[in-house]
Amino acid sequence: MEKKINFEDSMKKLEDIARELERDDLTLDESVKKFEEGMALSKACKEMLDEAEKKITILIDNQEKKFETE
Amino acid sequence: MNIEPITVEELNRYIKQKFDGDEYLNNVYVKGEISNCKIHYTGHIYFTLKDEHSLIKCIMFKSYTPHLSFKPQDGMKVMVLGTVSVFERDGAYQIYCKAMKQDGMGSLFEAYEKLKAKLEEEGLFSEAHKKEIPQFPKTIGVLTAETGAVIRDIINVSTRRNPNVHIRLLPVPVQGTGAAEKIVDGIERMNNEKLADIIILGRGGGSLEDLWPFNEEIVARAIYKSEIPIISAVGHETDYSISDFVADLRAPTPSAAAELAVPNISDVIYTINSYENSYKIALKKKVELMKLHYEKCMNLRVFKEPMQHINEKSLLLDISVKSITNNIQKKLESDKNNFTQVVSKIDTLSPMKTLTRGYSITQKDSKIIKKATDLKKGDNISITFSDGNVNANIL
Repeated sequence: MEKKINFEDSMKKLEDIARELERDDLTLDESVKKFEEGMALSKACKEMLDEAEKKITILIDNQEKKFETE
Repeated sequence: MNIEPITVEELNRYIKQKFDGDEYLNNVYVKGEISNCKIHYTGHIYFTLKDEHSLIKCIMFKSYTPHLSFKPQDGMKVMVLGTVSVFERDGAYQIYCKAMKQDGMGSLFEAYEKLKAKLEEEGLFSEAHKKEIPQFPKTIGVLTAETGAVIRDIINVSTRRNPNVHIRLLPVPVQGTGAAEKIVDGIERMNNEKLADIIILGRGGGSLEDLWPFNEEIVARAIYKSEIPIISAVGHETDYSISDFVADLRAPTPSAAAELAVPNISDVIYTINSYENSYKIALKKKVELMKLHYEKCMNLRVFKEPMQHINEKSLLLDISVKSITNNIQKKLESDKNNFTQVVSKIDTLSPMKTLTRGYSITQKDSKIIKKATDLKKGDNISITFSDGNVNANIL
């Protein structure tokens, strides 16, 4: 799985896979493949959410500093 | 009755005392239009304030004039703050003005309506131009005052929805002169340096004048030009600014803007989990369906009693073989019959039979002689009888 995937696209893909998996004409092999792909993608999505780092910064002139919240 | 007349001066002083003793007249706030305005060489300003039906004389002493943000002129609509008192010498009451400002509401509102109509006609508000708000922005750019409720609300709501959100605040003045230019710079900087995936342009509530930077044409055009989607959250729910119309999305309050910009992370996780579930269910269903197919297949007679089919076939084969044998036998017998018949027929027609009755066959050079004229004297012939041949000579 590519690391630099766009979160929006990933969510869209998750939805697509769900729809494809519900199709009747899919072979068992294809189903298993889709299933694995979907589970990997969902794992990647969750990781992406965890990875994001909390940052509240303030831009002053050309510097970026941590913003102190009261 | 003994009435002592008083002097005019005494009367005017009395009236002045009455005016000055009135709390309300000591502090009036009046709106009207300036007319007959004279700025005296001493620096005092004399003018008349009027409306459609009435007028009152006004004076603003030099000591108050430095605070004026504009130069009073005839025809201007203004609001003045001051004291009503009597100028004894002239027996005239007038407003002694301490402060004066332009009656912004009228002119600002007009300007607002005019700009709104102009930009609308230019298509700056058109739905077609509105950019899609990203569902999962990584960085939220915030253009607002560095301190105050707005940034606090945005941070609170954003971090509550997604504890890992990245908020990038670019502080800008949100009212007063120069604010519009700073806001424009901020929008341009966010775009040029690609500092955010979405921008919240926010300001708390205030008067039309306070909100004015968000009604300026340069701000409207900067929002329109921005490649980063902008959510405008200016003022309270009921305040509409030009920014709100041009922005890609309008939020009633800064908190609402944060809600629109930042996805609720628990909702997102819930969605992902429900996808996982639906995959599991779909796959299980698929396997069950396949199992069902398999069972249906295995229940077919051909799998259940594989020998039966073969037995049936061999039975059919037996029947066929039997019928073939029968047929052949029948045919053989009938052929045999025919043969005996033919043989007996042949037998009756056989010349040998005739010979036994006393006939004989005469042959010359192996040819049967049927007429006496075929023979001449001296021919050698062979005569066949039923019991054998003799050779003879014609005499």
